[in-house]
Amino acid sequence: MYEEYAVVMKGIVKRFPGVLANDHVDLFVRKGEIHAIVGENGAGKSTLMNQLYGLLHPDEGEIYVFGKKVDMKGPRDAIRNGIGMVHQHFMLVGNLTVAENVVLGSETTKGGFVFDLREARKRVKELSEKYGLHVDVDAKIEDIPVGMQQRVEIIKTLYRGAEILIFDEPTAVLTPQETEELFEVMRRLKAAGKTMIFISHKLNEVMEISDNITVMRLGKVTANLITKETNPREIARAMVGRDVVLRVEKPPHEPKDVVFEIENLWVKDNRGLDAVRGVSFKVRAGEIVGIAGVAGNGQSELVEAITGLRKIEKGKVTLLNRDITGLDPRSLRNMRMTHIPEDRLKYGMVLQYPAYYNMILGKHWWEPYSIRGFLNHPAIFEDSKKLFEEFDVRPRNINMLGGNFSGGNQQKIVVAREVSSQPKFIVVAQPTRGLDVGAIEFIHKTILKLREQDVAILLVSMELEEVFSLSDRILVMYEGEIMGEVKPEETNFEEVGLMMAGKRLEEVRS
Amino acid sequence: MRVIEAILDVFRNPQFYSITLTASTPLIYASLGGVFSEVTGVVNIALEGIMLMGAFVSTAFAYYTGNPWIGILMAMVVGVGIAWLHAWASIKWWGDQIVSGTAIILIAQGITGFLMKPVFGQVGQTDLEKFKMIKHITKDINPIIRPIKLPFPENSFLGQAFGTISPLVILAFVSVFIGWFIIYKTTLGLRMRSVGENPEAADTLGVNVYRIRYFGVLMSGVFASIGGAFLSVGDTGIFKELMTGGRGFIALAAMILGNWNPIGAMFASLLFGASEAFANQLQSSKLIEVSSSVKPLFNMVPFIVTLIVIGGFIGKTRPPAADGIPYKKSE
Repeated sequence: MYEEYAVVMKGIVKRFPGVLANDHVDLFVRKGEIHAIVGENGAGKSTLMNQLYGLLHPDEGEIYVFGKKVDMKGPRDAIRNGIGMVHQHFMLVGNLTVAENVVLGSETTKGGFVFDLREARKRVKELSEKYGLHVDVDAKIEDIPVGMQQRVEIIKTLYRGAEILIFDEPTAVLTPQETEELFEVMRRLKAAGKTMIFISHKLNEVMEISDNITVMRLGKVTANLITKETNPREIARAMVGRDVVLRVEKPPHEPKDVVFEIENLWVKDNRGLDAVRGVSFKVRAGEIVGIAGVAGNGQSELVEAITGLRKIEKGKVTLLNRDITGLDPRSLRNMRMTHIPEDRLKYGMVLQYPAYYNMILGKHWWEPYSIRGFLNHPAIFEDSKKLFEEFDVRPRNINMLGGNFSGGNQQKIVVAREVSSQPKFIVVAQPTRGLDVGAIEFIHKTILKLREQDVAILLVSMELEEVFSLSDRILVMYEGEIMGEVKPEETNFEEVGLMMAGKRLEEVRS
Repeated sequence: MRVIEAILDVFRNPQFYSITLTASTPLIYASLGGVFSEVTGVVNIALEGIMLMGAFVSTAFAYYTGNPWIGILMAMVVGVGIAWLHAWASIKWWGDQIVSGTAIILIAQGITGFLMKPVFGQVGQTDLEKFKMIKHITKDINPIIRPIKLPFPENSFLGQAFGTISPLVILAFVSVFIGWFIIYKTTLGLRMRSVGENPEAADTLGVNVYRIRYFGVLMSGVFASIGGAFLSVGDTGIFKELMTGGRGFIALAAMILGNWNPIGAMFASLLFGASEAFANQLQSSKLIEVSSSVKPLFNMVPFIVTLIVIGGFIGKTRPPAADGIPYKKSE
């Protein structure tokens, strides 16, 4: 049965407490194709793939691999059936070399006990050359760039004889150029007869690389499409269940005076290495300055230094003509600088607090929330209720604990709190990470509304589309330095992508 | 400058080097044990307690059987037993490794103190002659492992420093080499290091994280107990209450200073051993008069050296990334 398919999943049902993660899902993947699975966060893509890889066991349904019915109890069964997974968060051991990582668990040995490193290096080199996966076999994982780490993950699956490769959101951590390289590799693997499943929510990538597309929404398959015969609009509709505006409408708006300025800022990371190296820029009232870059190039440290969470080694920060270098977060908040942090669960809210306390965190010493050192609960309740209405937080229950709201509603609480503090300058970091299309739309609109109200806005995001559609000016950060400043209407993804990979604007344009 | 003369004199004295070896050996064993445990990601501050038990058990068996090697063997068995407790609490039940380790130290101190009277018939410190009298033993008992002679000319400097040496000292260096070989040259070692660094990744590749961590912790029990036993049957032939006196912690410091590498830990142990020998020799130097009330100050030297060295170097060493973090399988 199903001989022409590499993978068939039939009638898959997977329940989690309170959620039907997969509701009678059917998936057909032909031999030798690149099959995309798209859907919003929480649509059930990862759950489905984890069942194929043996990490989860389906409650109902059957799985066939190359026409043979299989029952997988763990990743080892999946590997034995020729399935390999390139995880979104790489499963690599940082202090081991590339070769050691590839063979770990199925090592080459001399006499069964002594590790044969020479043989391991040889085999990894062979695979690397055969499929054009360039890696440095003797480098430690912690010393090589993300793109190469991903190639190591791919080699790991090939070393174990994978015929079917699952890529779980592989481009999330890559620059546009690295993405292009990955697609090159995928095409080569396809030519060598491998079957690939590509999970993504980036429609342009899906259109570029896949042969067939399965769209999922709320645990169900909503469309099976042939890439050549469809378009992004149709896919988006199947993903969201309604027509969506894929591009934000940004009205023209003239920026006013400079509100915020940093000059030659130097900041160290947790390991004591320079993470921000001499960054300078200005943000004016009613202007959105976007910082683009691959994660881990100093953006987090920059934001933390600006918002008073991290020590500034050198440089000067000015807010409303006042030197604020080294001020603590509380003083900065009193000067109307607010901050939507990139990690809302860690820095954005207290999960164990009810929503009404989360609504006043960071301004709880302000009147009317606090009078002579005592919390004024009636005022807190009243304002929380008002903000819940205004920002459409669901459910409308201000007593619910922060941790019990969905991701999108948690972010709305954080945004509501920071926006309602009447900021003069707001730092917005990764505002839409992990949110669905509806919530993204809402947050983008909110940010643009602040711009209308002449708030100075610094936007840091790894999502290039977001930076392009919201910013008035884009700064590209690479290894702690600004590679150049561009206006979104005067540049394109390719140019910014090259800067994200470490080329300066002058080099790119020369 | 009498003091400088006295210090130079210490370094010229072959005895300094022989004491250095004796003082370093327990640290070498225990720090090697620490490396085995922590490389797999389990912090083992219980070393101090395991050493104390090793010292006690080996003395007891040496006294009763008359064979100190049986003492060593039994110390290893008991060491593995205690390490197993630590592994069980911290690997199987995801317990806090510091709390579990501390508990084991306190238990070891309590048990050894309590058992002094029933086992040896005396408290505080053992005395072989008294023990024989109490237990009505008449045959000769040698509670100390017989040193071996190395072929150095008797009166040469080397001969005086290293001419007679305990086989346990030589075994310590051999163990370090074997430990290094296991950790860096075998598949088992590769898996140990992967489990200490990123257990989740190792797990997805079919490496049994729990089993590897158990192995690391149990091995730390073997080595730490030999280290403790060296203090009694390897050197003095007696057991004293709390005789490890913090050496388990200095071994941890040596492990850190040695960057979680058996060879590095060995050199660090030699440094700490040398500082102990130095303090020991200097306070009995004939060139300076040290009043007996000041002598305890000299005993602080190894600890001060530890503090300085750790304070100065700790930023430059890198622990295994998952060290001290219990591994829970997801789901």
